[in-house]
Amino acid sequence: MVTLQSYLTLSALVFSIGITGIIINRKNIIIVMMCTELLLISVNFNFIAFSHQLQDLSGQVFVFFILTVAAAEAAIGLAILVALYRNKKSISVSELNTLRN
Amino acid sequence: MIFEYSLIALLSPLVGSILAAFLGKSLGKTFVNTSTILGVMISFVLSCILALEIYQTSTVLNQNIYTWLNIGSFSFHIGFLIDNLTASMMVVVTFVSLMVHIYTIGYMHDDPGYHRFFAYISLFTFSMLSLVMANNFLQLFFGWEAVGVMSYLLIGFWYTKESAIKANLKAFLVNRVGDLSMILGIGIIFSITGSLDYQTTFFESQNLAQTELFFINEWNISALTASCMLLFGGAMGKSAQMPLHVWLPDSMEGPTPISALIHAATMVTAGVFLLARMSPLFELSSTALSFVLIIGATTALFTGILGLIQNDIKRVIAYSTLSQLGYMVAAAGVSAYSVSLFHLMTHAFFKALLFLAAGSVIVALHHEQDIRKMGGLKSKLPITYVTSLIGSLALIGFPGFSGFFSKDALIEAIGHADIFGSGFAYASVIVGVFITALYSFRLFFKVFHGSINEHHSDVKESPVSITLPLILLAIPSVMVAWPTVGPMVFGSYFATSIAQPDAYQIFGYEYSTAYGFLVHAFSGPVIYIAMMGVLTAYVLYIQKPNILKGKSFESTFIYRLLENKYYFDDLYEEVIAKQARNIGQRFWSLGDVKIIDNWIVNGTAYRIGNIANRIKVIQTGYIYHYVLMMILGLAIFLGWTIISAGYAS
Repeated sequence: MVTLQSYLTLSALVFSIGITGIIINRKNIIIVMMCTELLLISVNFNFIAFSHQLQDLSGQVFVFFILTVAAAEAAIGLAILVALYRNKKSISVSELNTLRN
Repeated sequence: MIFEYSLIALLSPLVGSILAAFLGKSLGKTFVNTSTILGVMISFVLSCILALEIYQTSTVLNQNIYTWLNIGSFSFHIGFLIDNLTASMMVVVTFVSLMVHIYTIGYMHDDPGYHRFFAYISLFTFSMLSLVMANNFLQLFFGWEAVGVMSYLLIGFWYTKESAIKANLKAFLVNRVGDLSMILGIGIIFSITGSLDYQTTFFESQNLAQTELFFINEWNISALTASCMLLFGGAMGKSAQMPLHVWLPDSMEGPTPISALIHAATMVTAGVFLLARMSPLFELSSTALSFVLIIGATTALFTGILGLIQNDIKRVIAYSTLSQLGYMVAAAGVSAYSVSLFHLMTHAFFKALLFLAAGSVIVALHHEQDIRKMGGLKSKLPITYVTSLIGSLALIGFPGFSGFFSKDALIEAIGHADIFGSGFAYASVIVGVFITALYSFRLFFKVFHGSINEHHSDVKESPVSITLPLILLAIPSVMVAWPTVGPMVFGSYFATSIAQPDAYQIFGYEYSTAYGFLVHAFSGPVIYIAMMGVLTAYVLYIQKPNILKGKSFESTFIYRLLENKYYFDDLYEEVIAKQARNIGQRFWSLGDVKIIDNWIVNGTAYRIGNIANRIKVIQTGYIYHYVLMMILGLAIFLGWTIISAGYAS
């Protein structure tokens, strides 16, 4: 029996994987972007689960919006990444500490 | 009419001073001395008219001209109290001031600060007039401080001379001690009577006498006695009574006209004027009167003795002034205020004369002030010689001269008194007569007699602007007492302004005429003692000048004591000033440097920098650190919200 709780648990797991990926990853900025996608997906999962549970379609409408925005964001993110690579010849996260100054 | 005249008399020296100060440099010396002398002359003429008018009609003008301030039920006014006391002070002040103005034309004529000097002395005249014309304590205090400031500026007139700067600072600081005491006295009076007007205060004097002020240990004192003592403290500062006398000899660093005007004739007598003005209060407190008497008598004797060994011509006269001020204060102490004012008046004339004569000698000798280098100037400076002789005779109380009447009446009043301390005071003033005669004629013989110093063979008599005031001052020094002694001392001239017992109670005998007074004086010891003093001076400094030469005299204990002025200066320097500096140093190093600068100001900045240095370590710039922080923060706040929501339900 697949209950709402199972969906939520899965969503929480995916979210945790995404967070952990962002935090412990030191090498590759593409992985950070992938983890961001994971976060979004876990949120979408939640929306769909609650939408089904409450019989309310607006949750699923939200998911479409989020997917669209996520696609656009991924495109922009990749563009920034290309520009960054051109400048630094590296996509390593541990070298990106210019926020400090 | 009286009111308008007094207003003009008060303001005309101020106008003269302003003109001289602001236009003097561009319009030249003639303009400066004309405008200031005109101002003071108008003031003098109006003062004479006022004095006559008030004497004849025996009116008292007590009128406020301007309300300065209203606070709740208190109001502060500027106003005039013109009675016989004020009028006679005004005449004395403006007359001496006029003489000094004329004298200054000759004395300062090639000084670069010519217009500044005239502006100062005219402003001083204004200040002194506003002091004596005041009808309330506030205006009195204004005048009191203003003359102090002018004295400060004029002692340090030659401001490039270090000794002058030190002397004016000293005068100012010592006067602050007195002024503090005076403002406390005024404060007590104000807090109890709720008014600063003389009339109201005197009206409430019984109330003051019955109010007790409590100190620690059940030690209490009536408000009247306390305020009288404190007011007298102010008078001690201004009139240079022991132990606040130390500034007056040093004030001789200023130009000689100033010494004559401020430090002999007018400002230093403000204390005596104050005692007379406050007589309705002092009369109710025998403690305060005894205090006044003892201080005055001590000053009269001991500062006179110091005059015996001074070698600076002006300092001898300065110590003489101190001693005579002591006489005046002592007379006020035995309730003989009119006598003390009478001596104030005659003293103003002959002491201004002596100072101006000394100035004439100094000018003639090209600013030489050491009497050991003088001698035999009798034939070189005939006018100065004669006028100095007149001044000295008046000072020692030679029969017939003005000083004789005032000093003899003064000593008789002290001798007849029986309040606490009068025995000591009588002995002091009697010895003081001998001392006065001795130092006066020591100075006189050393300067004008003896052998001529070869350096001074080309000495010429001073110009007419210097000798004219000498002659004009010599006239009242001889004669002013003859017509005035009757009404002023024995009559009712001061009855409207001073509260004092009648003349018979003060002197114990009936007065007939000035001549009768003269004859009566020959039955007392004073004249003979003065003559002995002159004779001693003659023997010591003309006949046998070798007696006092040699080491043995100068190494005696007494000589050293006198030379160091009873160690008052050292006491103040070593104990009071040093301790004050010490305490100041401590407050500075602890409070200012350590607490304020080090802890509060620099400490705050340092601490902020320190904290920031520690905090900035967490700003790594790595995105994953920020994300971690965000997540942790989110977890904490969410956890908090959930837990508190759980408690709430």
